[in-house]
Order: sequence, then structure tokens, then C-alpha cells
Amino acid sequence: MEAVLIIKGIIILAIFALSLGIAAYETYFERVVAAYIQDRVGPDYAGPAGIFQPLADAGKLFFKEDFIPALADKSLFILGPSLAMLTALLTSAVIPFGDSFIYEGQKILVQGIEVNIGILWVFGIVSLGVYGILIGGWSSNNKYSLYGAIRAASQNISYELAMGLAIIAILMMTGSLSIRSMVEAQHGFNWNIFYQPLGFIIFLTCSFAECNRTPFDLPESENELVAGYHTEYSSMKLGLYLFSEYVNMFISSAVIASLYFGGFNYPGMDWVYSKFTSIWGATVGHNWATVIGICVLMAKIFFFIFLFMWVRWTLPRFRYDQLMDLGWKALIPLAVLNMIITAAAQLSGKPLWIGLILTLIIMLVIFLPAIKKRTVKA
Amino acid sequence: MQLTNRSKKTDKTALTLAEKTYLPGIAAGLGITLKHFFSKKVTIRYPEQKRYLGPIFRGHHILKRDEEGRERCTACGLCAVACPAEAISMIAGERVKGEENLYREEKYAAAYEINMLRCIFCGLCEEACPKEAVYLRHDKFVPVFTSRDQVIYGKDQLVEDMNNRYERDAWTKEEMTKLWEKQQKVITQ
Amino acid sequence: MDILGLLKNMTITHWSFYIVSMLTLFGALGTIMSKNPIHSVIYLILTFFSLSAHYIMLNAQFLAAVNIIVYAGAIMVLFLFVVMFLNLREENEELPKNSILIAASIVGGIIGITLIAAIRQTQIEKVNPYSFNTKTGLVETLGSLLFNKYLLPFELVSVLFLIAMAGAVMLGKREKGERHF
Repeated sequence: MEAVLIIKGIIILAIFALSLGIAAYETYFERVVAAYIQDRVGPDYAGPAGIFQPLADAGKLFFKEDFIPALADKSLFILGPSLAMLTALLTSAVIPFGDSFIYEGQKILVQGIEVNIGILWVFGIVSLGVYGILIGGWSSNNKYSLYGAIRAASQNISYELAMGLAIIAILMMTGSLSIRSMVEAQHGFNWNIFYQPLGFIIFLTCSFAECNRTPFDLPESENELVAGYHTEYSSMKLGLYLFSEYVNMFISSAVIASLYFGGFNYPGMDWVYSKFTSIWGATVGHNWATVIGICVLMAKIFFFIFLFMWVRWTLPRFRYDQLMDLGWKALIPLAVLNMIITAAAQLSGKPLWIGLILTLIIMLVIFLPAIKKRTVKA
Repeated sequence: MQLTNRSKKTDKTALTLAEKTYLPGIAAGLGITLKHFFSKKVTIRYPEQKRYLGPIFRGHHILKRDEEGRERCTACGLCAVACPAEAISMIAGERVKGEENLYREEKYAAAYEINMLRCIFCGLCEEACPKEAVYLRHDKFVPVFTSRDQVIYGKDQLVEDMNNRYERDAWTKEEMTKLWEKQQKVITQ
Repeated sequence: MDILGLLKNMTITHWSFYIVSMLTLFGALGTIMSKNPIHSVIYLILTFFSLSAHYIMLNAQFLAAVNIIVYAGAIMVLFLFVVMFLNLREENEELPKNSILIAASIVGGIIGITLIAAIRQTQIEKVNPYSFNTKTGLVETLGSLLFNKYLLPFELVSVLFLIAMAGAVMLGKREKGERHF
């Protein structure tokens, strides 16, 4: 039992370290991706190909002057970034990063905690994430910070609704709130994206908004609000804010991958599992199959992190009224529609067909105008 | 009124329903950025890799010597007169016997100073010089300085070193284009 | 020495209960004691959060999550939002007149005494830890109860929410000829 507890502790620590480490390297990837998209090469001086750049950045932030404005609310000014970081890190607890390791006949899940309210936990903590921004923005005693904070609050509340409704469609399919059971229901290549294309688009858009990423980065829009809610922040307090954004991005990518892209499932996993168990025996083979699953999930997460950056360096920022219109007038009705379609599909007994037809329609919507334009030109 | 044929007509017809979802536009934009993601990078990594500035770049000043190693400058002061920034000053000296291998003319510049804080690198001194003595090098910058003492360049920094003579790469336009193509090849390698 | 023995006998559940209770009380007191309305709201959030911890200790995970999402996550954000907009300042607050203070403390004291008396009088039903169904607070039980036994009240509440929503839309709607900015 002791050894099992220790392994569980190691897994939790590893998940914690992983989310921090990936967040640190996301700052590097962000700069490299931005550079590549803009035909530049990006940071490449610190170490081979610039891989020590995050360390250099963190070192710089640590040695900067830690400034607190005279008229700021001191305790809240410190509480703001701490809360942002805390809420960002709490979420990774319920995400299943892999199946399980078998040690001395006992199964140890590769997950912080397996609770039957997993997705609600993610949802609740994400909704708390706005407090860090709100408190930090208000306590700076700066009108631009306050504007940024208020934008963040209204934006997060607006997009949480559509996000929740999109999740409800997933809940209808799985019948459970636990992320692990949702992932296990997508065994093999039975991913939710084939059933929920519309839900996926809604969820993706909302997670962009929840992470305050472009095109929804109004809380920190540089050209209107100086630097938004963190205008008055400097040194590692600013670092915590920036860092929490990247942790949130990692967690969002993990949640998207788990909910819609099968988490640690991949096509042909049963074949791999049987091969591994026949080569190395039940225990070792199972553990190696789990390792492969973790790698697959990581690949999916990295793809979505890349998507986040890709979109950031492609799309311009929304105007505030456009943002609200999109959230309330487009995404929420669409999410309700998606719920109804999902319910009908579940009752009809052929959810996959309906999902594929929906995917086809969405593909046509995306690519038909482009085809039309091309024929006009020719 | 159309002034050029490069202006693009914007299509102001109402958006179709599919276009109103923004999804086609977003997909097209993502395609463009992805294309650039994989395209060749245009960056020149400056301190290690330098772009050739051309044979007529105006950089560090040099006081040329002739083939026998004699200073060409005769301290006529035309460069100082031509200088719009009044950066050049000099003191003339008379050549004495035994110095014929040092100075080409009978009169020479005993001191020749250029204030690099004033110099605007316009190259008028180069054009004014009747003896083809002062040039602005195409291959060397005036280095960054940290104190005002380093700003005034005397003859020790300006006169050409006979072991490391300065030659301009090209004097005519044809030579220049040939050179440019050669240098482009070097950079791309 | 009795207290020391008591402390030694406390299990981890006891410890967490007392710590969370202290946090809850601290948050609740801070809510009413702090002069700055923003601080008040933040203390209230702390209270909600520690109440959620209580729910988790009672094995009511769904309730805890919903409490965080709805109260701490949505309603308190709106509260904070509005309070920030109002921009209340500490120095604007003046203590009310003495007569009001005296009246308020009398009323508050009477209510407090009544509550304490009421709590002393009530018989709290003891739960047998061996026969108690640990799944009482879980989602499945809650869901089947809501959609079977309490279906009518549940649906009525949803109708109430719909009415409230329609009312909010009506209030927020721009009337003819009216300009907001």
C-alpha cells in the first residue's frame, strides 16, 4: 500500500511539474511559432536553437524591480496574480493523462484524483480564474487595469454559458461527469468529434475566450488599454499572470483533447495492447501500453497548443460588441441547438450518422465559399 | 478615378450566411499563416552573418597612401570646407628633406582629425578631395564608442595601413551588379 | 491536559473540519466587518469556497461543484463587477447616528439569542455511520430524486427562472426613442 501511495504521489508531482514545464516552454514555442508565421527565426541564442530562452525570461522577470503603486490596495495587489496562478494549476488534478500503471497487482490511475464530478471541477475552477484578473485589475488603482478586469469578467461569464451548454451535449452521450469515463467511452477511434462537430467548434471558441487568447484577448488589448489588467504589474507578479495564461492554455488543450479527441485513446490501441502484453507479460505490457497512451495524449495536447498559437498569429482581435454578439447571439443559441440535435441523435439510435452529416455540413460551410470564389476568379 | 492598376477592388456585397459564420475566412487565414510557417525565413542573423552593403557604402574614413606608401593628402583643406557638419580639421606641415618617402606632396597634413560625433557620412569630403586622398570605406563601420575621448579620430586611426590596403570592390555600375549577384549567392549559402 | 488529549484523538477529518469551519467563520466575519465593499465581496467568496469544502466532506461533490460554479464563479463575479463599477470609497462611509446604532444592536442581539435558543431546543437527528448510504450526495442520487420525487417543484423552479429571464430581457430592452449612450 505504501509503495502505491508513493507512486500516486509521484504521478501527481509529475503532472504538476509537467503543467509548469510545458507552460514554461509554451512561452518559447509561442515566440518561435510567431516568428515562423512571420517569416522570422525567433529566439535562437540561449542554448541550442534557443531552448534555454524560458529560463532566461524567468531570470529576467525575477531580477526586475517588484513595484507596487502607492495608491494600490497592497494585499489585493499581491493576491491577484497568486489567485490567477493557483486557479490555473488546480485544474490539472482531474484530467486523466493516461490509463493506469499496474504495480504489485494494484491499478494506479495516471490522474490526480478520479472524482465523479471531474468536468464540473474543471468548469468551477475555470470560472474562479477570472478573480485573479478582476482583483488584480481593480487593486492596481488604474483605470486601464480596471477596464481590462471588467472586460475579462464579462467575457468569461458570457462564454462560460455556451461552454457549459456544449459540455452538456457531451454529458448526454456519456451519462457521467467524470472525465475518465468520458475518455473511456471514446475507446479506440470512437472519438466524440465525430458525434459533436458543432459542440467542438463552440467549445473551442469558448476555450479561446476563457484563456483570454487572441482573438478574444480584450482584457489585455495593448492598443486600447496600455496592457490591460496587468498594466501596473512588474517583475514576477507579471510573470505569474503571463504564466497562468500559458498553464490555462495547456489545461484547455488537455480538456479539449480528452473531451473531443479521445484523450489517451488512439486507433489500433487494442492491437498494441495485446501485442505488448504477449511480449512483456500482463503487467509490464500494460504499463508500456499506458506510456504510449500518455504520449498520444501529449501529442494531441501539443497540437491544440499549436492551434492556440496558430490562431493567435492569424486572427485580429474582436471588437467588444462583436465579442458579446458572438457569445450571446451566436454561440449560446448554437449550443442549445447542438443540445437538441444531440438528444435527438441519441434517441434515434444512430448518433454517428447524424454526427457525420453535421461534420459534412460544417465542412461545406467552411470550404464552399472558398471554392466559389476560385471559380469566379478563373 | 483609377490612378494605378495595383489598387484592389473590395467586394462590398452582403456576406452570405456561410461567410457570416466567419469560419471560411478563418480557415483561409489559417491556411495563409500555415504556408508562411513552412516558407523560407528571410532573417539574416546579423552579427554572425552580414549583408553586403554595396561597394558605395559610406563607412569609416580612410586617408589613402599611394603605391609607394606615401600619404596622398596635401592638407589643402577642401574637405574641411566641403564638410557640411564641420567635422574635419587639419594642420598643414611642410615636408623636409628625407621625408619624400612619407609624403607625396611638399605640403602634408601634420594633423588630420575627424569628429565622428559630427560626421554625417555624406561623402562630400570624398568628392571634394583633389588628390584622391580621403575616402569613406565601404567595408567597415565607425565602431560604437563609449566615451567622448574616443570620438575624435586622428591620423593614427585614419591613415591607410600598407599591409592591409583598402580597395574598393567596384567602381562602375556593371562591376557593382556583378558583385552584388556574387554576394547574394554568398549570403544565401 | 484534557484539551491536549482531545487534540491527540482528533482524526484528519476532524482537523479538516475545524480548519474549514474556522475559515468559513473568518470569511463570514470578514464580510460584515470590513469597511471596503470589495474586501467584503472577496471574504464572501472565501466563505462560499469553504462552504463547498464542507459539502465535499459531507460527500456531496455535486453540490460543492455547483456551489462553486454558480455562487463563487458567476454570482460573485457579477457582484464584484457591480461593486467595482460603483466605485464606493472607504472615506464616504459615515457611521450612522447613535440611536440607530443602539436600535440595531438590540435587534441583532435579540435575533442572536433567539437563534441560539432555537438551536439548543432542536433535536438534531443523529446519523448512524454504519447504515448511512454514502452515495446520498452524489450526482446520480440527486438526479434521480430531482426527476422522480421532486419533478414538479423542479420544473416549477425552471419556469420561475424562465420568467425571471424574460423579465430581465424586458427590462434591458431598449424602448422606442430611448438612447443609452
